[in-house]
Amino acid sequence: MTISIPSITLSNIGPLLTLTVAGLLLLLMDALTPKGKKGYFPYLSLIALVIAAVQTTMLWNRSGTDFARMIYVDNFAFFFYLIFLLATGLTILISIKYLEDYHRNLEEYYTLLIFATIGMMLMAAGGHLILIFLGLEILSIAIYILAGLFREDVKSNEAALKYLILGAFSSAFLLFGMAMLYGATGSLFLDDLAQAIKAGVGTNPLLLFGMGLLIVGFGFKVSSVPFHMWTPDVYEGAPTSVTAFMSVGTKAAAFAALVRIFFLVFPEIKMEWNMLLWGLAVATMTLGNVVAIAQTNIKRMLAYSSIAHAGYLLVALVAANQLGAISFLYYLVAYTLMNLGAFAIVILVARKKDDYINIYDYCGLGFQYPALAAAMSVFMFALAGIPPTAGFVGKFYVFSAAVEAGYIWLAIIGVMNSLISVFYYLRITVLMYMRPAEADLGPVTMTPAISSAVLVTAAGVLAIGVFPGPLYELALNSVKIFVGL
Amino acid sequence: MLISYLPILVYLIISIGLAVLIVALSEALGKKTHTAVKDLPYECGMVPISDARHRYAVKFYVITMFFLVFDIEAIFLYPWGVIFKPLGLFGLIEMGVFILILMVGLAYVWGKGALEWE
Repeated sequence: MTISIPSITLSNIGPLLTLTVAGLLLLLMDALTPKGKKGYFPYLSLIALVIAAVQTTMLWNRSGTDFARMIYVDNFAFFFYLIFLLATGLTILISIKYLEDYHRNLEEYYTLLIFATIGMMLMAAGGHLILIFLGLEILSIAIYILAGLFREDVKSNEAALKYLILGAFSSAFLLFGMAMLYGATGSLFLDDLAQAIKAGVGTNPLLLFGMGLLIVGFGFKVSSVPFHMWTPDVYEGAPTSVTAFMSVGTKAAAFAALVRIFFLVFPEIKMEWNMLLWGLAVATMTLGNVVAIAQTNIKRMLAYSSIAHAGYLLVALVAANQLGAISFLYYLVAYTLMNLGAFAIVILVARKKDDYINIYDYCGLGFQYPALAAAMSVFMFALAGIPPTAGFVGKFYVFSAAVEAGYIWLAIIGVMNSLISVFYYLRITVLMYMRPAEADLGPVTMTPAISSAVLVTAAGVLAIGVFPGPLYELALNSVKIFVGL
Repeated sequence: MLISYLPILVYLIISIGLAVLIVALSEALGKKTHTAVKDLPYECGMVPISDARHRYAVKFYVITMFFLVFDIEAIFLYPWGVIFKPLGLFGLIEMGVFILILMVGLAYVWGKGALEWE
């Protein structure tokens, strides 16, 4: 018996290897170093993330597949690598002080964040449905644990359990869908699937069933309506830093896989899925925005806002043209920056142990902490999509993609939803600047780490909002792999 | 095409029907006597000594998890053993990496004191 061993180039997965080694090293060091001497762990993780980012930029413009076609080595994957690394890095910066306040600055936290990042990267690069599934599981299992990090807190437990059970459900849907696709085409490689569909398995019911189940499975992960039920409870109960990570990282990773599958495999049968996603997009945007108005807990409000943003991203997916793909990448970068920034402020204003997470705790913040309030206003303006922030440019690209593809009504509904969202985002700004503080809530302690995170995100939101050109070019460069668009 | 799956459907219907029928028949025809001893929860024929809803120490779950992880490692070693020769050095290195990663896990649980029972 002979087995042909595929030739592999390890540098193609360099960033993944760096993170794996870093994660394992952190685990070992955690077990071997005595308690109280582990304060440098977050910085070590940051260094690993920076190395991985540098490796990713060095890989830029490579193309093809590796590991027996299991992994795509292309700019689309690399672009997502950078988004994930940015999200993880910012999450680490905003976590340090927060976890110390809770006496939960466990070193496993950073290891799990790094492992979750590896899972996300595999989802963005996977060329085989099973590999995408494995990436999803690596990501999800790490997040299940992170959501339950505050063991004594009932809400944190609830969040972890809810996410675990619904996550398991969604994984089952996803796997079942993959099995259907295998049944219809006889392969799980994305390339082969695309070819089989071109060759005319087009409207095989098995294929359509499988595609529908994939939408359900990924719909759970990106929290699109009607699969969004877990989102507010999990986002509210999980530690705020983990919520920030989930709302950005998990969503970006699930969308990365979804976009690659739909733009690479299914563009031929676009007629079969565009109206379905149209409905999902409209429902997701509308429900997210309308329900967010009624929220007084800022974490729940941001949870519904993240549902609404998933809806805007689905609009880009429905458009299914090149501008749609570009707007997708641009919007994810913008969303990562503005959402993580907003959560950083939430952590700061909550002070110790999440005491102040009601929106009325923001009253008078503009007089007490002008810089903090200014940063929060930037993020709120960005999330609402008001120029000159990144949120505006992102929405502009998304809706122009929809118009270009002929979905005028979808764009109109999207813009109307943005108008609704202005209400609850700007309410925070109004409270901060036009209402006196209701009570003295105590001082806000800023550490260099979290201040730099706020600074980076605020500056980033403004920078790519004013100068969207370079990022647009980068995104254009990344979506050239989708020849079917 | 779908007609070829008909036997499976028939099989499903018969098996489910039979199961329902047996339970229903014994419910309908059987004689029911309730005694205090008979209504006790079944515990391998023993007289139950206390409520079944105990809280177990978390260590049991932890040990079960370790067992699963290292059991799966062993399962992966078998197919590798079968095709050890054709895979050659490449397979040896790959399995070495795999076992190394699991060893890091072992070192971690050991260092954290999770293997100590008390």
